[in-house]
Amino acid sequence: MLEFTLWDILSNLLLAARWTVLLSLIAFVSGGVAGLLLLLARVSPVPPLRVAARLFIEVFQGTPLLMQLFIVFFALPLIGIETTAWTAAAVGLTLFTAAYLAEIWRGCVEAVPKGQWEASASLALTFGEQMRHVILPQALRIAVPPTVGFSVQVVKGTAVTSIIGFVEVTKAGTMITNATFQPFLVYGLVGLIYFALCYPLSLSAKALERKLNVAR
Amino acid sequence: MAYSFDFSSLLDHTPVLVDGVVTTIGLTAVSTVLGVALGIGGAAARTSTVKPLAVLVGAYVELIRNTPFLVQLFFIFFGLPSLGIRLAEWQAAVLAMVINLGAYSTEIIRAGIEATPKGQIEAGASLGMTGPQIFRYVVLGPAMAKIWPALTSQVVIVMLGSSVCSQIAAEELSFAANFIQSRNFRPFEVYFLATALYLALAVGLRWVFSLMGRRMFAKGVSRA
Repeated sequence: MLEFTLWDILSNLLLAARWTVLLSLIAFVSGGVAGLLLLLARVSPVPPLRVAARLFIEVFQGTPLLMQLFIVFFALPLIGIETTAWTAAAVGLTLFTAAYLAEIWRGCVEAVPKGQWEASASLALTFGEQMRHVILPQALRIAVPPTVGFSVQVVKGTAVTSIIGFVEVTKAGTMITNATFQPFLVYGLVGLIYFALCYPLSLSAKALERKLNVAR
Repeated sequence: MAYSFDFSSLLDHTPVLVDGVVTTIGLTAVSTVLGVALGIGGAAARTSTVKPLAVLVGAYVELIRNTPFLVQLFFIFFGLPSLGIRLAEWQAAVLAMVINLGAYSTEIIRAGIEATPKGQIEAGASLGMTGPQIFRYVVLGPAMAKIWPALTSQVVIVMLGSSVCSQIAAEELSFAANFIQSRNFRPFEVYFLATALYLALAVGLRWVFSLMGRRMFAKGVSRA
């Protein structure tokens, strides 16, 4: 029987972890862009836009990521887009991230004093100008710590994409377990890899928050 | 060729879906009770003056909060048998959910405990209360009232997260959906319905929690 050394297992897991990192980055960046658009709709003066954005957020925060991924996986072909595990994972996680970030950022926008809205409105700024020059710069400051904190959820969310067949570190762990019959070791290592990715993010979120509280 | 939706074929599988919903509710109920209990204990330990205990609980919280639930579940279900701990699917699912919710609720409840004004603790002590008595009668109640909305959100997240328990063949709602789509080959319809059911469960769970909050905390729950 073939023997697997610890290094065989670890090196293969680390190679797979590249895809975890890449998918996290894609989801976080594109989810951030989509989340910003969603935020603008959510706080816009146009009621239908506001309602639609709220509905989108509620649905994505009220359903499991796994179901979202399955629906994307099976719905994309219905509108004529060929699905691979990659596209389904990226699209699904982007929508998920957008919904959560929009809601986090809405809290930050609402923390900007109302007088700022009124003052900028009295200067005849349009909604876009108000957001761009007055509201967002102030909201951004308090938005950084929770946004960094949420990135941990994105990294952990990528684990669920293993279920729709995307080969990242969790899926690699399952495949390696099937070859080595050492689930305790392999899943332990998988957990540690996630911890190594997420813990620095958690720590910096905490540090940023502390810094912000001191500054205020 | 346009796809024609057919939700009617789901009707034949109603019992499977109902079973799935019931199991999801059961898993969530059991692990919420045990998980929050663990969280209260964890928060008490985390804020205690016994340093090693506080550090140990802190490590547990950080380890769980920085790894995916799916990996925790796989570790418990596939990994623990090599230590001689063999669990049925539902046992592994409950254990993973309890450990997961325990870590998050430790952190949430700790925030509530630390928000207790020092004067109240001193007042309790001046009445001759012991440490545990102060915790039970002075600190815990207002702390729970303060963090109730955050705890509600976390329980909803755990309920939604339970969908990955289908991967160890715990027969909850996602498992039911997987089962049905392997029979009727209508994955989109099945998952759409299952997602709608999860949404309904999430709304219902929030409603139950706000009702409980109003019952338990006479002065009302702080709104987040």
